[in-house]
Amino acid sequence: MGILFNILNLAIFTSTLRITTPILFAALGGCMTERSGVINIGLEGMMLMGAFAAAVGSYFWGPWLGVLFGIFVGGIMGLLHAFMSVTVKANQIISATAINIFALGFPNLIVPVLWKGHYAMTPVVPVIKSIQIPVIADIPVLGPIIGNLNPIVYIAFLLVPVVHYVLFKTRLGLRIRAVGEHPKAADTVGINVALMRYIAVTVSGLLAGFGGAFLSVAYQSQFSQAMTAGRGFIGLAAMIFGRWRPFGALVACLIFAFADAFQASAQAAGVPIPPDLLLTLPYLLTLIALAGLIGKKAVGPAANGKPYFKD
Amino acid sequence: MSRNINESVLTAFKVLVAIFLAFLFGYIVLYIMGYDPVVAYGSLIKGAFGSKRGFAETLISTTPLIFGSLGFILAFQCGLFNMGLEGQIAIGGIVAAYLGYTIPGLPPFIHITICIIGAAAGGALWGLGPGFLKARFGIHEVIGTIMMNYIAFDVSSYLVSTHGPMKDRLTDMPASPFIHDSAKIIRIWKGTRLHWGIFLAIFFSFVVWFLLFRTRIGYKLRAVGKNQFAAEAGGINVPRYMILAMVLSGLFGGIAGGVEILGIHYRLFAAFSPGYGWDAIAVSLLGLLSPIGIIGSAFLFGFLRSGSILMQAIAGVSKDMISVITGVIIFFMGMSDPVGNFIKDKLLRKLYGNSV
Amino acid sequence: MPSIIRMENIVKRFPSVLANDHVNLEVEEGEIHCLLGENGAGKSTLMNILYGLYSHDSGKILIRDREVRFRGPADAIANGIGMVHQDFMLIPVFTVVENLILGAEPVKGFSLDLEKAREEIANLSEKYKLDVEPTAYIENISVGMQQRVEILKLLYRGAEIMIFDEPTSILTPQEVDELYKIMNFLRENGKTIIFITHKLKEVMEISDRVTVLRDGRVIDTIDTSSTNPHELARMMVGREVLFRVEKPSVRIGKRVLKIENLHARNQRGLPALNGVSLDVAEGEVVGIAGIDGNGQTELVEVLSGLRKIDRGKISLYDRDITNFTPKELIDMGIAHIPEDRRLRGLILDFHLYENLILGFQDNKPFRRGVILDLKRVKEWSSELVEDFDIRPRDIDVNAGSLSGGNQQKVVIAREFSRNIKLLVASQPSRGLDVGATEFVHNQIMRVKAEGKAVLLVSLELSEVMNLSDRILVIYEGKIQAEFDPKKTTESEIGLVMAGGHV
Repeated sequence: MGILFNILNLAIFTSTLRITTPILFAALGGCMTERSGVINIGLEGMMLMGAFAAAVGSYFWGPWLGVLFGIFVGGIMGLLHAFMSVTVKANQIISATAINIFALGFPNLIVPVLWKGHYAMTPVVPVIKSIQIPVIADIPVLGPIIGNLNPIVYIAFLLVPVVHYVLFKTRLGLRIRAVGEHPKAADTVGINVALMRYIAVTVSGLLAGFGGAFLSVAYQSQFSQAMTAGRGFIGLAAMIFGRWRPFGALVACLIFAFADAFQASAQAAGVPIPPDLLLTLPYLLTLIALAGLIGKKAVGPAANGKPYFKD
Repeated sequence: MSRNINESVLTAFKVLVAIFLAFLFGYIVLYIMGYDPVVAYGSLIKGAFGSKRGFAETLISTTPLIFGSLGFILAFQCGLFNMGLEGQIAIGGIVAAYLGYTIPGLPPFIHITICIIGAAAGGALWGLGPGFLKARFGIHEVIGTIMMNYIAFDVSSYLVSTHGPMKDRLTDMPASPFIHDSAKIIRIWKGTRLHWGIFLAIFFSFVVWFLLFRTRIGYKLRAVGKNQFAAEAGGINVPRYMILAMVLSGLFGGIAGGVEILGIHYRLFAAFSPGYGWDAIAVSLLGLLSPIGIIGSAFLFGFLRSGSILMQAIAGVSKDMISVITGVIIFFMGMSDPVGNFIKDKLLRKLYGNSV
Repeated sequence: MPSIIRMENIVKRFPSVLANDHVNLEVEEGEIHCLLGENGAGKSTLMNILYGLYSHDSGKILIRDREVRFRGPADAIANGIGMVHQDFMLIPVFTVVENLILGAEPVKGFSLDLEKAREEIANLSEKYKLDVEPTAYIENISVGMQQRVEILKLLYRGAEIMIFDEPTSILTPQEVDELYKIMNFLRENGKTIIFITHKLKEVMEISDRVTVLRDGRVIDTIDTSSTNPHELARMMVGREVLFRVEKPSVRIGKRVLKIENLHARNQRGLPALNGVSLDVAEGEVVGIAGIDGNGQTELVEVLSGLRKIDRGKISLYDRDITNFTPKELIDMGIAHIPEDRRLRGLILDFHLYENLILGFQDNKPFRRGVILDLKRVKEWSSELVEDFDIRPRDIDVNAGSLSGGNQQKVVIAREFSRNIKLLVASQPSRGLDVGATEFVHNQIMRVKAEGKAVLLVSLELSEVMNLSDRILVIYEGKIQAEFDPKKTTESEIGLVMAGGHV
């Protein structure tokens, strides 16, 4: 009982929110790209490139410009995947895998050039500090949990209704979803299928880059090789679990993040389970959640993963 | 007949173009970064072929790449992406090392066989999970295999961590005890680490080719990969073959890891694979997803791996340059088919245009 | 009458075929103009060019004597052209409103103004007597209503020129009459209609003028009142055509297939078959008529082992074969021509010889231990390619490179080449030209002549009428009535297909 109490302190909820953030960015990116009919398992690599770019940007120009740079580079990677998937019509998994592998090695070519003697890791860079939100922080119990967080955490959570609104309430969203369900039908009413997919995939890259930036200049204070540790993939899993909807994905992200926060807290509390094994918890939970809670086969947008051929 | 010759000329051409473009891209990146690309590439080649040891290391890296690619191809021919090879390699390594140092007093041939079978079984088990999730619940195998990777990595670092059950108490290193001599794959070139594994790998390439293109299992596996709906109507049990493909795929990942431990490291430590599981994807695509073709492309990547060490030492270019080249090769190979078709299409239209 | 559309010397090439070869077409304002031709004659291609979906290689398009150049459907729509496609261009998980406004969405600020759209659509629906429910989801409404949604889609965009691509193939005769009424009403309201079809009867019934296409060329444009079906048929096919298949007289023998009270669900888990009972005897062709989506797909899937049933019993020569696997059914001697040969029948990336053994890969003589005996496979395939006149005569080509007719021949060759007891044929002539259709029908009659049982499922009522000994009409997953093709009419059957009673 005592140990459980130590694990389930208030801090676990705060850290759940922090851990949710990068996964949530990936999941929202996943909603955008898959709703348009393009599978993007390259979110992982885009996130990694975003994290790297943000660290570099933060070192030279300060943390906020760093974040912008991270978002930008993520977007560039998204654009690349869009080009491969939409224009070239290459296999989307192969294209995304290329991005993932590229992102694993590319930063290490640059790090030693920018910082002599460094390898696989940037030096510590300036970070974005948490902010206190006056009124909310004063609410009892809830205040300490949600009133004093990193601004990017707030942005991530605000993006959930924004993405929902864009996808389900606007002209752009209707068109993106139409293209993901039945591209030919969209084409016949004069919608530019390629453009919609370019927009959606590029935005997913921007979001992944944002998530990566959070990792390197907020969650931690430097970039290290492969620091995303599968968060892009977990985000995708959360998106599937949430049935391709932003709010559903949010719930799934919170569950995964809570598992992660729980294991971290359990480690700190000295639970006699080896830390390396506790680390597997989020991954195991992802698999179990997808298998058990979905029950029957998950059905995504009808044209997901299929290139659109006009003739 | 002439059609077939044209096809193979075209494919050879596109492979060469992909390799050329990848190195060109690398050249440009190196140049921009302020490295000397000529020195870098020179040391890359010198590192891989300039010495007996370097050449042996090339073949040593070729070995797990062949095994890993065989795994990737087996899944791919069934329409599945095994992104879990790196984790399957880790599991294969764990099992091989464990059986290698725990079982005493066996004749070498039997001991090695047991260790490899164990490694294969471990990898197969790691492929079974995602295969089952795919066949039963429709969970994309990419997510399944990637999650299994992270679990494998964490398990392997746990096993050799300070209080881990496979930790060698005699050293401070996070590593297992050394395997018995009877479990070590015999080395075949004096003064180098080159071992029998390379021949085993080439042998298995032909086995997999035969399996895929000459047996009924291979026919059914490929039928599922090309069109699972027609396969189902043709009386093929689609879920069963999807699972089988992932199991066979993981099996070769496991062998790759096992042979690496038994032939090179002789003990387990975390992250002993420098990314062979990822390289295998590029190797497979570059080898045109043919079990024979990958012998060549694995050698190319073996050369990169082996040469990159000298490149890092002499030109100061991180050996992760290989990941960049790998990524770019996958990229261009992914582009080659659609772009090739596009060009063919244009040509056909031109021909028809003249005849009308 | 002034011409509203002139297409001059249109040429369109696809990689393997010249689809439009210097085609000229002139359509007058306010007329119903039929484009008549076989499958593959180039009708749809020509209209897809007019609608901006395809770009033509050369030639001119003039609308009201003004030359236009479309970069996409958006340009065509802006010029008052609309098209109802053969496969509906509707998104099943969207509502009627969402489908209708797509591409021309009314907005309020950043948000979609769905309320305004709903009102407008309700008004339009009333004005043109289309009876469409704006807030329903497409996947929940009938095929007939889906077609009316397509028509509304054009009206909503203010189309003056409306192209209908084979609009009747999925309708009952009664629904066809309804469609004619709508079309006439549209014409009275000043719209111009281009009607693509390969059915002579429809040309005669609805059109003012007709343009006949064959092999990508225009044969002629004539006034409908000055021609007759025989002349049109000759123009369309290029030779005299027989309208009826020679039915061999075969003694009806023992009962082969017996289905009792069959219940099964569809892909979405909803009831699709609600107590189907029927039987088929040796030497007998039983035809299942019905509108698409009334359980035919599920029935065929059940009979080929692709779908499990909830309740009921299926037996073959009195042996219970309920819920057998596809493999078991193949081995029992049930042959299967799937409705979608490219999806279910063939592996397009496989060689012909690999396709020609699909289903018997584990049987003698191809099985040699774990090995697939490729020598035997190739010998056998070469024979089949010869016997069934599959072109090209090359077993090494991929199935995907064959024409539709030859692909169907591959399926038929494979399914008929062994000792079968029952043939389940689902829309066997779908998408085939007259020659290939004739071949398929003759093959089915050959199977009948050999004293085998045939269950024929088709959406083409004429096909069912021509080939069957008995016709069963399926509606909402139930057999509603049985007809003798010699003693009934299309409209009598059509009434039952639509859920009416005899």
